[in-house]
Amino acid sequence: MSAHSAAPPTASVEAAVPRALATAPLVRVFDGTLAMAQAELRKLRHDHLDIVTRSVQPLLWLFIFGSAVEGAHLLNLGHVEYRAYLAPGVMAQAAMFIAIFFGLAVIWERDVGQLQRLLATPLPRTSIVLGKAAGACVRALVQALLLLVVLALASIGVRWSILGVLGTLAMLTLGTAAFACMSMLLAAAVKERERFMGIGQLIMMPLFFASSALYPLAVMPAWLRAIARVNPLTYEVQGLRQMLVGVGGRGVVWLDFLVVAAFFVAMLIAATRAYPNAIL
Amino acid sequence: MSDPAVLVDDLVVRFDRLTAVGGVSFAVSPGEVFGLLGPNGAGKTTTIRVLTTLLAPTAGRALVAGHDVRSDSLAVRASIGYIPQAISVDGALTAYENLDFYGRVTGVPRKERRERIAEAIEAMDLHHMLDRLARNLSGGMLRRLEIASALLNRPRVLFLDEPTVGLDPNARALVWERLQALRESAETTILVTTHLMEEAERHCDRLGVIDRGRLIEQGAPAELIERHAAHTMEDVFTAITGRPIAEETPEDEQGRLADVRAQRRTANRLG
Repeated sequence: MSAHSAAPPTASVEAAVPRALATAPLVRVFDGTLAMAQAELRKLRHDHLDIVTRSVQPLLWLFIFGSAVEGAHLLNLGHVEYRAYLAPGVMAQAAMFIAIFFGLAVIWERDVGQLQRLLATPLPRTSIVLGKAAGACVRALVQALLLLVVLALASIGVRWSILGVLGTLAMLTLGTAAFACMSMLLAAAVKERERFMGIGQLIMMPLFFASSALYPLAVMPAWLRAIARVNPLTYEVQGLRQMLVGVGGRGVVWLDFLVVAAFFVAMLIAATRAYPNAIL
Repeated sequence: MSDPAVLVDDLVVRFDRLTAVGGVSFAVSPGEVFGLLGPNGAGKTTTIRVLTTLLAPTAGRALVAGHDVRSDSLAVRASIGYIPQAISVDGALTAYENLDFYGRVTGVPRKERRERIAEAIEAMDLHHMLDRLARNLSGGMLRRLEIASALLNRPRVLFLDEPTVGLDPNARALVWERLQALRESAETTILVTTHLMEEAERHCDRLGVIDRGRLIEQGAPAELIERHAAHTMEDVFTAITGRPIAEETPEDEQGRLADVRAQRRTANRLG
């Protein structure tokens, strides 16, 4: 069977650069990221209930688990109230929960066609990954602000300062973005939502328990402490705790920031490379 | 003669042992509505994925708006509009927010964005649905919203993958009516895939019949019907392949579960 196809002509002139590419690449990355973050904020505005329901879990940790451990005097934290000690841990855990399950949204978007569509726009790949991470950060920050309000209302012993709160939000943004990128990396490899749920849990729980979120590194057995020392969540929590409560880290917040930032950059690069494969 | 808007030259796409596209060649002139026609699993979507830079070809060459899909993929993406078969607008955003979002991510300059959105709303007749969440729109409305969102960057080539799948006849007619109006007013080149013979015959200037990864025939619908002494495009397909279009090929059975699931989800959502 022969197709009646004349030999296709070749393009004779160099095609002009499309207008959408006239701006500098960095500006396009910034604009694209902002557009995706704003879309996420708009979605939140249409669905207030989502943020309320997500806020319940950290409160349960804080008021049920925190009160039980505090009452039982299981940990010797000196003058620091356990619920105050725990607050940065549950804040980071709740943000990580949002970030890791953001990969589910990526799989959903692949299944319904949104991802194919986005990948066929001139939006830089880094922007798509950063934009998705920014979306997770928007949700995590709203949740963290609600938690801070609860901490203030419940008079839990947090050391309030503008710099401390701003630093907390900055660290939380960095940590959430890093875990969201990790989640996208995972979503690119795991194609089914059901499987992603299982793997997500498998990753999240060890990250949480093998970190300083619930207890100091000093009370851990040596093998667990070794794992906790290479767990980025440990550094995120240490930084948050140092800024909010004034204890818990080594007092060198910049080092915690550096570790979390390095983890973020590594995950961003890996996710940007892997993300287009998510549609295959 | 002006340069083709789309040029495909001996395109090959292989997935492991399966050859999804095996040496396809065709050219689409500017302003033309070109239909890739064939049964499910024939290689239409794979071809469109290469042309939209979502998939790298194994061999061969493809140019879109003069840009090579392999070496100049960013310029290709900046020159096209693409609507995949599965729903691509965000159900959690309103229709207007979706338009704004796609205006921004396709690089429409800020100063022109409002005007372009207004034009797209007019072109696809979306006035009455702008404040509604996309997930609450009917199938026909969703497709028109998707097409509107793909027009914002004034694409030189618009790719539509099975745009009317799952739509009722009225919604289908409305989508085509709007596409024809778009083509007449903006002279946009449209490359559409479909497995609906009647639709292809009625709305496309030229057709490429694709089966089992090969382009087995191409030309204007009337020309093809005459060439094969047939009455309809359905007869043309049967004359060339020896079987009706509805019959699945062995390759179809190898179609991935995710694709099938996505197709069913789209059909359910649009229905």
